[in-house]
Amino acid sequence: MTASLQHPGYDPERLLCVAEKMPCRVSQAGTLLSLMGEPAQYSYPSIFLYGHRSTGKSHVINTLLMDLELPHATVSCVECVSVGLMFERVLLALFGPDTSTLLPRSPSLSDFVRIYRQQAPLSPANQTRYIVIEKAELLRDMDSNLLPVLVRLQELVDDNVTVILLSEIVWDRFRPNTGCFEPLILYFPDYSKGDLQQILSQDIHPSYSPELYSAFINILLGVFYSVCRDLRELRHLVRTQHAQTPAGSGSDTNLKESDTHKLWRNIEPHLKKAMQTVYLRDVSSECSDVVFLSSGLSAHAHVELPYYSKFLLIAAYLASYNPARTDRRFFLKHHGKIKKTNFLKKHEKTSNHLLGPKPFPLDRLLAIFYSVVDSRVAPSASVFSQISSLVTLQLLTQLGHDDQLDAPKYKCAVALDFIRAISRTVNFDIVKYLYDFL
Amino acid sequence: GCDGGEDSSLRYTLCKKLWDTIKEETESLQDELNRQILEGLLHFIKRCCSGPRHTAGPWEARMRASEIPTAALVLGVNVPDHDMTFQSLCELLQQSVTPHVACLQAKECGALKSLMRKVLERLVGSAAEDEEEGDTHPHPKGAHCTLATLCEWYETKSKKSSTPGKKRSSEEEPARPPIVIIFKDLEAFNPRVLQDFILICSRYVEQLPLILVFGIATSPSTIQQVLPHSVSSLLCIELFQSLSCTQHLSTVMDKLILTHYFPFKPNAKVLQVLVSIFLYHDFSVRNFIKGLKLALLEHYLNQPLSVLCCEKKEEVELNTTQLSHRGLESVRQLASFRRYVEQQQPQEQVALLTSDQHMKETCKKLLKDLYKYHKNYYPVLRCLHALTCSLPRVPLGKQIRELHITCLEGNVWEREEYRSAMQLLSRHYLSKLMHIKILCPHQVANNDSFTFIYYHYFLNVYKKLTLIKNIFDNERCSCFVSPEAKPETAANEGMTSPAKSMEKKTDLFQLQKTLLEMKETRRTKKLSGFEILRNEALDFIDALVRSHLVPPETQPLHEVCYYSSSALLRRHLNATPRTSIQTALSSPYHYLQNDALLTEDGGVSNAAPDLCIVHKLHLECGRLINLYDWLEAYATVVSAAEGKDPESEEYGKVDELKHARFIQAVSELQFLGFIKSTKQKTDHVARLTWGGC
Repeated sequence: MTASLQHPGYDPERLLCVAEKMPCRVSQAGTLLSLMGEPAQYSYPSIFLYGHRSTGKSHVINTLLMDLELPHATVSCVECVSVGLMFERVLLALFGPDTSTLLPRSPSLSDFVRIYRQQAPLSPANQTRYIVIEKAELLRDMDSNLLPVLVRLQELVDDNVTVILLSEIVWDRFRPNTGCFEPLILYFPDYSKGDLQQILSQDIHPSYSPELYSAFINILLGVFYSVCRDLRELRHLVRTQHAQTPAGSGSDTNLKESDTHKLWRNIEPHLKKAMQTVYLRDVSSECSDVVFLSSGLSAHAHVELPYYSKFLLIAAYLASYNPARTDRRFFLKHHGKIKKTNFLKKHEKTSNHLLGPKPFPLDRLLAIFYSVVDSRVAPSASVFSQISSLVTLQLLTQLGHDDQLDAPKYKCAVALDFIRAISRTVNFDIVKYLYDFL
Repeated sequence: GCDGGEDSSLRYTLCKKLWDTIKEETESLQDELNRQILEGLLHFIKRCCSGPRHTAGPWEARMRASEIPTAALVLGVNVPDHDMTFQSLCELLQQSVTPHVACLQAKECGALKSLMRKVLERLVGSAAEDEEEGDTHPHPKGAHCTLATLCEWYETKSKKSSTPGKKRSSEEEPARPPIVIIFKDLEAFNPRVLQDFILICSRYVEQLPLILVFGIATSPSTIQQVLPHSVSSLLCIELFQSLSCTQHLSTVMDKLILTHYFPFKPNAKVLQVLVSIFLYHDFSVRNFIKGLKLALLEHYLNQPLSVLCCEKKEEVELNTTQLSHRGLESVRQLASFRRYVEQQQPQEQVALLTSDQHMKETCKKLLKDLYKYHKNYYPVLRCLHALTCSLPRVPLGKQIRELHITCLEGNVWEREEYRSAMQLLSRHYLSKLMHIKILCPHQVANNDSFTFIYYHYFLNVYKKLTLIKNIFDNERCSCFVSPEAKPETAANEGMTSPAKSMEKKTDLFQLQKTLLEMKETRRTKKLSGFEILRNEALDFIDALVRSHLVPPETQPLHEVCYYSSSALLRRHLNATPRTSIQTALSSPYHYLQNDALLTEDGGVSNAAPDLCIVHKLHLECGRLINLYDWLEAYATVVSAAEGKDPESEEYGKVDELKHARFIQAVSELQFLGFIKSTKQKTDHVARLTWGGC
């Protein structure tokens, strides 16, 4: 630990204790503390913290506020479906449960300010009150006056209050058109490799010695650091890979502590395998030695569909990726020869697979379906209901209005590999029918 | 079935009884099939709610403390069947793990707010009903539905249950029962809503033991499509895969159709309709059973002789003796019965046609025979299937239902597929034959009702087969150890020695010659003991097939048990609304049965309803229809129908009444989706269908 946390306003022992809880983030915490000043002093009206996911923003601020026992309210914007909800929770946390009932139904900002001003003198604080707002980027989608008010709430309510905004994106993206009070901006940088090593080594498994565990972490980081720096994902990897190590599986306990080479040899193949599925969150299980589980979420891409649904999906795919004018060529028996080059307009020469699926009307889907499917199919209700069930399964997407009478349009939402697998099961060579592969 | 009011009630009770048994059977089957996956899930949930905090390694627990345990339940695309699975899952959870279960459907959770409200309603509401005590403060209507509220509620709840005075009945329930939230159809949920919900949940996971269950219809990779990494990393997902629905269908068919316990039988065509609806359209076992139910109801409703279609033998006898004269007459009119009568002696024929008493006795006998026929049919069917299902290119079908349908359709032994299967059996697949044949007797023995004599037969075959097996093994052994040592393995010797010599000679001519020689020896070679036995066994199987797998149509009185109107079933189950509308509009006589509407050439008569006339006229137009022209044409047609003189001035004039009728008809046509208004041209409407005159 390079710098220890020091501030005249707080008990040094307690600060030491707090600092231990946030490895590699002491300097940020120190800056924060000096911004916040001594408890009784007026603080800066608003502070904006930003940095990538899992860089310890919430952790640092919450630990500071909790452990130093400062009055505070923490709300997350995801949870606040309405502004009222946010006000209610702030008042609840700062002034006790009775105050939140004072808010009228669907309160406005001025209601909030009014009640805050009412309540603040009743419970006079000799400490700065803090309002922590997590996922602040969502504030932009709420009322346009909310953010400018929050950053200078101190003036409005005339109280010693500081609003701390946490976000993953920079302040520049927040600034409203009309301009507003600029909060103090504090950046939380990503953890370095050494930091990660230090943090991950902290949750040591009881059956390891600290040296061995940190060697294990070292190997793991050596492999994954280049692709993944997300602490949460690395933690997940540590857990899944731990089961593969000798100590984790409990087979070979007399592994020498210093023998990192042997450790490496033992876990290397597993790490390589895990490398392919980083971020995919394969099925994690405590009993991951079960064979099928190790194949993971991504391996189960196979979908069983009824026979006609398969053909409907194939027809939808063809309709999405072939230009409508080429239908004659593919589905008419005597279409004559049409050359690719002079037949198409200029913009159609780019691969349709690069452009993505195009919408098509229901009629075209059915026309292709009837010509693709090998037997005669009655246009029964269940064929139509299959289309809508394909929509619910998100294999097709419906565009525009829901009015069935008004010729609905669809798009096919599956990938080429998927449709190839499907058409293989019904002995249909889809590539022959795709304009891009002519 | 309007004849014989007296036995319609009897038929109704019979039908109801039979259906109840079938229903019970399918439900127990469902439970059986779901058991494995549900037990796995239950185990997972139990482990999640007790594990992380107490027993399983504290290290594990610490590492995944912030993750929400999640079960991904892959159920297949047969969405209609899922309800039952989820229902039994809910019941099971509530019985054994936790009272707090919330089941959510995508259509009721359009926004985060409504999702939250539903969750709270299901959890808090169900508990409030549970308690039925005054002191539980009712959930304030105006309060916000948030997880914080839920948290509070949960705290008070768990405190209450931990006080000794109010202990719940189930003692072993953990002190903090988990809260299970089930998303029935993950694909249909709005991704945004789901992501937000999970983000919120992860904030409360320390205080609330939340567990999520995702019901997935397609494949687990949808989780990655729906949830971005930032959200899915909050979950600790475990996968559960359910049985595929085709397997499910096979088990259901096995229990309901391929058994003699249920007297009601669908015939080949009906079965084909039901199975093809399943395979081609919906993959839904529930719909299959519904189709079967419809067939059952139709059978008992329309076939007066279905009184004789009962589960128990005694009932059959009783109902036969109580058969009225009219009933007997209808028996006499059955095609299969008449065929039977024609085969009898003249005296017997007269007796059958005149004496009711004699007739009843014969009926009893015939029905007994039918029963016996079924009893023998299914075991032999299973045997044949067991023998042929692993042959290359499976000539008789991989599934037993395919074989069953083939057998129902006609004499199976006359089919090319059967012959090729038998040939394959007799030629190549000796070792396979061995294994499967040994299975056969067990299959039969499992069927407790199989008559002793057949069991005996099979034992005999079994003995023979073991004998063959021994010989076969001996031959093989000798072949490996020392080909020359045993004189009786001459054939083997003949085979191996040219092969040996072949290695030496390498030029093409010699090779050809040796091959020819080998062929020669094989042709003239005497049959070995093994082959004789094998042929015997195959002959025996063949004889069994010929005697027992005859199609049911050859059996007298088969109409009693077999339901045959597949067209009706198809019409009901696989409705074609477009075609019916088309028929109604183009030939109204088909539905209205009014003689005035009858025309010779299939056109629409002048007297048809306005809608039909308008429809007929619109078929003659192109994509855009001029409304005024249409109206003129309509007025002309209607004037002709009124019998006006074509020369008169009134003829073809548009009066107010005709105008109104026309407008109504056009808007009806629009309602049916044939036309729509368009802005391309004034006073025109667009056609939405193709074709026409």
